Amino acid sequence: MASEVIGKPKNRVDGRKKVTGQARYAAEFSVPDLTYGVVVNSAIARGTIKSIDASEALKLEGVLQVFTHENRTKLAYYDKSYQDMDAPPGSPFRPLYNNQVQFNMQPIALVVAETYELALYAAALVKVEYEQAPHETKFAAQRPYAYEPEEYKSTPPPEPWGSPEEALKNAAHTITEEYAHPSQHHNPIEMHASTVHWEGDGRITVYDKIQGALNSQKYVMGIFGLKEEEVRVLSPFVGGAFGSGLRPQYQLFMAVMAALELKRSVRVVLTRPQMFSFGHRPKTVQRLSLGASADGKLQAVIHEAYAETSRFEDYSEDVIIWPGVLYNCDNVKLSHKLVGLDVYTPLDMRAPGGTTGIFALECAIDELSYKVGMDPMEFRLKNYAEKDQIEDKPFSSKELRECYRQGAEKFGWKNRKQAPRSMREGHQLIGWGVANGAWEATQKPASAKAVLALNGQLTVSSATGDIGTGTYTIMSQIAAESLGLALDKVEFKLGDSSLPKAPLEGGSWTASSVGSAVKKVCNKLGEKLLELAQEIEGSPFKNVKIEEVVFEGGRMHLKNNSSTAIALTEILSRNKTESLQAEADSEPSDEQENYSRYSHSAVFVEVKVDEDLGTVKVTRVVSAIAGGRILNPKTARSQILGGIVWGIGMAMEEYSVMDNQYGRFMNHDLAEYHVPVNADVHDVEVIFVEEKDEIVNPIGAKGLGEIGIVSVAPAIANAIYHATGKRVRDLPITLDKLV
Amino acid sequence: MRPFTYTRAKDVAAAVTDIRANSEARFIAGGTNLLDLMKIDVMKPRHLVDITRLALDTIEETDEGGLRLGALVTNADTAYHEQVEKRYPLLSHAILAGATAQLRNKATDAGNLLQRTRCYYFYDTDTACNKREPGTGCSAISGYNRNHAILGHSEHCIATHPSDMAVGLAALDARILVTGPQGERMLPISDLHRLPGNTPEKDTNLGENEIITAIELPPQGFAQHFTYLKNRDRASYAFALVSVAAGLEIEGGVIREARIALGGVAHKPWRRPEAEAMLRGKKASRENFQPVADAYVQGAKGFEHNTFKIELARRSIVRALMTAAKIEE
Repeated sequence: MASEVIGKPKNRVDGRKKVTGQARYAAEFSVPDLTYGVVVNSAIARGTIKSIDASEALKLEGVLQVFTHENRTKLAYYDKSYQDMDAPPGSPFRPLYNNQVQFNMQPIALVVAETYELALYAAALVKVEYEQAPHETKFAAQRPYAYEPEEYKSTPPPEPWGSPEEALKNAAHTITEEYAHPSQHHNPIEMHASTVHWEGDGRITVYDKIQGALNSQKYVMGIFGLKEEEVRVLSPFVGGAFGSGLRPQYQLFMAVMAALELKRSVRVVLTRPQMFSFGHRPKTVQRLSLGASADGKLQAVIHEAYAETSRFEDYSEDVIIWPGVLYNCDNVKLSHKLVGLDVYTPLDMRAPGGTTGIFALECAIDELSYKVGMDPMEFRLKNYAEKDQIEDKPFSSKELRECYRQGAEKFGWKNRKQAPRSMREGHQLIGWGVANGAWEATQKPASAKAVLALNGQLTVSSATGDIGTGTYTIMSQIAAESLGLALDKVEFKLGDSSLPKAPLEGGSWTASSVGSAVKKVCNKLGEKLLELAQEIEGSPFKNVKIEEVVFEGGRMHLKNNSSTAIALTEILSRNKTESLQAEADSEPSDEQENYSRYSHSAVFVEVKVDEDLGTVKVTRVVSAIAGGRILNPKTARSQILGGIVWGIGMAMEEYSVMDNQYGRFMNHDLAEYHVPVNADVHDVEVIFVEEKDEIVNPIGAKGLGEIGIVSVAPAIANAIYHATGKRVRDLPITLDKLV
Repeated sequence: MRPFTYTRAKDVAAAVTDIRANSEARFIAGGTNLLDLMKIDVMKPRHLVDITRLALDTIEETDEGGLRLGALVTNADTAYHEQVEKRYPLLSHAILAGATAQLRNKATDAGNLLQRTRCYYFYDTDTACNKREPGTGCSAISGYNRNHAILGHSEHCIATHPSDMAVGLAALDARILVTGPQGERMLPISDLHRLPGNTPEKDTNLGENEIITAIELPPQGFAQHFTYLKNRDRASYAFALVSVAAGLEIEGGVIREARIALGGVAHKPWRRPEAEAMLRGKKASRENFQPVADAYVQGAKGFEHNTFKIELARRSIVRALMTAAKIEE
């Protein structure tokens, strides 16, 4: 079948809705008789709430209630009821559960009023008295007490292989260094929000910011003891999330509780400072010891990660698997320990673990390449992993070599001078750096439904999400291609807990998982169409098998004779059928288990560093991606561009400032929490190398949500070293570290 | 946000009367800083006097050959004004180095000078801050102080003034025209902002009910030899870690007059006229600039996270003067 839709740079099917304001986000749904909730957060990091005096707030006309742990609704008792689909092992935080404060900015009260302004004013009048207890938010102070969790949320560190310590001792060249990055917050432009519509009969409809409506539904049912039919969650549009919407956040709890108590509709929207009061990328320190032979063969890797978690949940992410995925080495030891702090539990943030681990590994590898005296790219190629040593499996596909080839050519890598500080332009030191990376290409079980109407319109649905990534568009493309329809004849529905089940929208698995379900359901509908066509009197399709027909141009025809054809709408009308529908569940194949499945990237960066002032400009980035089949080059490119921009931010700007006096993140607004602005982003080029993969999933696409960011920060750090001869191992690389 | 009353003044006299008649009253013009601070409960005025309709929105020639910037001219209109660009490019550059296009379109010139510090603790009502709540203590001294002052700070406050425009105006020796209950007065920009001392809650030396009506630029604009160098953590929409406004009058390779103002290092734009005077009659050269840079940061004292600013200031001054003097190395 010729590809008419897949692989074409189609515009976003929801683009018009977005730019004309018709796309509604969680805080934008108007429901009748709405009330507004404003959350009061704790001023301390640890201790006991002695009293909450809400009398001044309650005196104001129009203030309906101030909810605290003292007057909250009855809540579930067991941890299990609070565990959402993305919960790490431990005891999830319970808002308003008791008088204990576990982290700074903990939500401790909700003021509900007839207007938002009134609720905000009333919230400022709530007086809280605490019995403060000593807190510990200093990572370095707690690091000596780092522990291995009973259960990892991530891949548990594998047993060491070979003799890493001995190999390190005997290696001709070695490095041992520590690499660190600070806590970082997701900061999507859309703040977390929930609008709860009280339907009047005990049922609620919730508009929530979430990367999976089913997760919010499960969470609300668990805590408040509601039945599935009593809670419907809608999340048709999400204004960026990057992982912050994987777990239901406390505004959902607050809005639902208030609605159930007041029997009114309630909206709770977090403020920008409150966006710093929950999950974040955990501060991580990594110690890497690498050894190589005189001719540049990697001989030993010892990679130890120390990552922040809360006191109540053991959050961990895949920080230390990357040496085994990216390089070939016979002697490897990996460990991952957690550092418990009085903070909220960290939360997956774009390429969780990968962004962290690959940064450290790729800087360390770079350092070793200089020690060996090899070009950093050649050194990587020399130690190229032909199989995944973590799982001891071959890759389902891996075109990383081609990424290097095409990326290096586009960048002009061959003109690089090896010595640091060897390239300059006036005051500007020029540096070229490279790094490579990988990200898991996973398929999860997913379901979908397809309905073809008499007017030729196909509606396909699944309870997945679109956090701006292009899910609406690529699912429509897959459906259109499967049934040979024009793109505008297809509508894809998502973000609704009443739709067929889908996994959380994250992990770069949506294209793969939901896409496979969409393909399957459309194929199933195709079979049903053939069956129906066979029932037509004198049908030329009698005794024809599904393999013998083609769906194209809104018609079904014989593969070997395109003039034997029937319009899909005619199949329905001739059978006097209003619509035809199919449902399908898709599962990863057993064959996948025999392979390790990853997308890969090679990123080349040029920086210019002012030698006196330390200011860095990332003047060029070339990112070459092997991500399987590219479903839509336009949305795909946008994904990678976003990853590059964020990588610039991670390398040079992002830093959630923890004040240990208060145990509180202090730069809680977008003026002071820096992410890149347009002026920080210069020439950026994205290359997709061709990569065929029939194992990874029926679509052949690997997912692009995360691979775009992982190699960017290390490539920048490596370029800065090449420019200046200074190796900065703690992010962000701000000018003071270079002066 | 707390409730407040609101009046709109029709002229300067009415504005002054309004502000006197109401307790805890504030003027509002662009509102780009005040409204933010009201929303997060840092500033809690009970009354706002809207001055946006006052006839203070023009740029005019002064009798002495300078320019008078009306208090309500927006930052954008000032920066792109033909005469400002031509005669005071240092000011244009300083303004355009600050904030964002959207903010500059809304913010007024007087409002820019009166913006509050960006100290994290000032912005967070759950922390101690002497500027916000006198007597509660300074969290920044023992906390996170990367953005804070290295010069002129006190044990009560180490905040910096965030304006770029003010730094440009300081280098130009601008004058501030003020109207209050006692009538009009004029003060040099160096007297507008103050060091924190033991009253850090006071950013300026303006009287309680005074209003800025205009900013006067003296004729000397340093249009031939100037630069505004701003070091910051990203290329736009970030406050200065260290900025330098430099203006030179050079005749035949010899410096007749030098102006240097630093931003991001103190509670006010930092000038050291005695250090500037070191350059008078000297040749424009790196050798002559270096001692001036050293003199500028003499006595500077950093804190846990900001000592880098001392060396950065030194290097920035030299770089700015080299650029202004058009010396290529």
